[in-house]
Amino acid sequence: MGFLEKLGFKKQERLDEGLEKSREGILGKLTKAIAGKDKVDDEVLDELEEVLIRSDVGVPTTLKIIRRIEERVARDKYLGSQDLQRILREEIIGLLRENDQDKPADFDAELPNKPHVVLIVGVNGVGKTTTIGKLAHLHKLAGKSVILGAADTFRAAAVQQLTIWSERAGVPIVQQGQNADPAAVAYDTVAAALKRGADIALIDTAGRLHNKTALMDELSKIKRVMNKVVEGAPHEVILVLDASTGQNAMQQAKAFTQAVDITGLALTKLDGTAKGGIAIGISSELDVPVKYIGVGEKIEDLQLFDRVAFVEALFKG
Amino acid sequence: MFDDLSGKLGSVFKSLSGQSTITEVNIAETIREIRRALLDADVNYEVAREFTRKVKLEAEGQGVLTSVSPGQQFTKIVYDELIFTLGGTKDELRMANVPPTVILIAGLQGSGKTTFAGKLAKFLKDKKHNPMLAAADVYRPAAIEQLKTLASQIDVPVYSIEEKDALRVAKEALNAARKQACDVLIVDTAGRLHVDADMMDEVAAIKEAIKPNETLFVVDSMTGQDAVNTAREFNTRIDFDGVVLTKLDGDTRGGAALSIKQVVEKPIKFVSTGEKLDALQEFYPDRMAQRILGMGDVVSLVEKAQQQFDEDEAKKLQSKIRSDSFNLEDFYKQMQQVKKMGSMQDLVNMIPGASNALKNVEVSDDALKPIEAIINSMTVEERRNPAILNGSRRRRIAKGAGTEVRNVNDLMRQFEQMKKMMKKMSGMGGMGRAMQGLKNLKPGRMR
Repeated sequence: MGFLEKLGFKKQERLDEGLEKSREGILGKLTKAIAGKDKVDDEVLDELEEVLIRSDVGVPTTLKIIRRIEERVARDKYLGSQDLQRILREEIIGLLRENDQDKPADFDAELPNKPHVVLIVGVNGVGKTTTIGKLAHLHKLAGKSVILGAADTFRAAAVQQLTIWSERAGVPIVQQGQNADPAAVAYDTVAAALKRGADIALIDTAGRLHNKTALMDELSKIKRVMNKVVEGAPHEVILVLDASTGQNAMQQAKAFTQAVDITGLALTKLDGTAKGGIAIGISSELDVPVKYIGVGEKIEDLQLFDRVAFVEALFKG
Repeated sequence: MFDDLSGKLGSVFKSLSGQSTITEVNIAETIREIRRALLDADVNYEVAREFTRKVKLEAEGQGVLTSVSPGQQFTKIVYDELIFTLGGTKDELRMANVPPTVILIAGLQGSGKTTFAGKLAKFLKDKKHNPMLAAADVYRPAAIEQLKTLASQIDVPVYSIEEKDALRVAKEALNAARKQACDVLIVDTAGRLHVDADMMDEVAAIKEAIKPNETLFVVDSMTGQDAVNTAREFNTRIDFDGVVLTKLDGDTRGGAALSIKQVVEKPIKFVSTGEKLDALQEFYPDRMAQRILGMGDVVSLVEKAQQQFDEDEAKKLQSKIRSDSFNLEDFYKQMQQVKKMGSMQDLVNMIPGASNALKNVEVSDDALKPIEAIINSMTVEERRNPAILNGSRRRRIAKGAGTEVRNVNDLMRQFEQMKKMMKKMSGMGGMGRAMQGLKNLKPGRMR
């Protein structure tokens, strides 16, 4: 049972045996059922399917993962339990894109542009403004000079909300109040970042449902004007996804990619019981890395995305 | 020409050949598809499995409509059951006998509570109520500001305090509402995760203190598998009275609605469909069911068939087929029935798979015209008794229909074949029984 320790399961968790089929149980069963065989029992694959579907991985990606496991079992036969654990993890991790060198996630890393301009987008209520507050704080801690742009000029009190975060993080904010032209705010933010020699500019935008053409066009325009101040800006477009979102997140990611060509994902609200499994399919299909995860409401509750930890969490309680 | 048409439709109607009742076998593929549709729509894994299992049990053995396949009919049964499950008792907001009516709003972060609070205030104001809003989200930066901004747009008072004490806000707001003769108090609370014990205690304490007439759980319609966990936990702690589904103006299939309904058995009272304050609607179970299934076309095909085929007609037809007296006059009537169901292209497009298989074939309404023309060129006697059609009659008919004798011959040959096939089918299932089955499809009769 070496794989249990490998996954960090403690002995006491065996108390759960007989109560309910736990995640460990499924992994154990999977191992037993295919070790030494060249075919996986349907029953076991059904359970693997259940784990993945319940984590919001979605039907297409789940089927893809299962097919790959089947293929590898057929090819490599006589797999030991540890091999199998590794393969399952490898296959899922392999679907998650790695971070780009020119868009470092690590706050200590040197930024490739000055100012490095980051546009934050997403549907309503996913936590864009909170994520920006946390990013500002962590960049500042790493010694970067940060400037925020309040281009969510639509939602009531969004500007005040970002202003409060800017105060908490101790960084300046460019804002023109509610109902101002968001593209103008974005333009001014990049211009201010350039003038003041800021290292990084983080620009908040209003939440918008991805099927609203006019709002998506507005977003494209916001993105376009930045390039007039600093060539190549924005250097990153981060799509913020709520981990509790289901399959619609894929449509969101596609529509935002079409409008503003997203370069990375931030997965928020992972401190609940939602697993955020849809990120696997999105990362794989749109070829964008998950950069950050949000794990709470406090200013420090943002972490760099760790593929291995994420995949292991899928199979834990 | 008749060859052409029957060829085009042949593959489409293959599925109905001789299957008279719904069985585990003839709907296995459909069950898989439906289960996948539910999962794609974010219906919880267990809920989807339980739901299809239950519907399958109820559907097995039912007579199949002649105009659709067992799979299509099963889809319709699922659809009806979905509507039934999503709907249930539809109660309005419970108003207090002695004002103020207190409404408590709770949910996860970002689900849209504050916007909904504003919408609900407007909704009530439009109904001549005099609402007050209480800003009990004391944590999220600028949440109070947000509520005040929304309230000012509709000229509704907001009660708020400086201190971060949500319980106190709620209690004091209740007094303020009484003093200011506001007949409804809407309490907006902070978003909270169901696993955050302190925050769940807080909302439970607020509920205990102000004893709301109505507690509403606000949930993002885009929520995935986790919807059951959050709904269950909120329901355990605050025993809410109804659900509000937000952001339904997006393109999510909204399976969370079914998951929540199944798990907590509380009605969905409102849906929110936009950022403007008037974007609040009643909940329509049928629209939601179609959205979740993503198969509205199959459903409407079955429904159209139900509307158009009238029971008596079907019975008459059946006895005619049995006694071998089905003639061209009956055939003509049947054609008109089919035409009533919509354009041929529409009809074909509504059949799953058919529109793909027939992608490059245009099925125009004109396809039936040459056949109609031939039948129209016959005398009543000839239509009722096609056996009398000899060579000279056929030549006359061809001339009248502006076509060649060959085509008349084709039509007659195919007609005879069809008659044989229909007789065979009627022996196996029976249209009359199928029509009886129709009645059993009504949602109210499901249990």
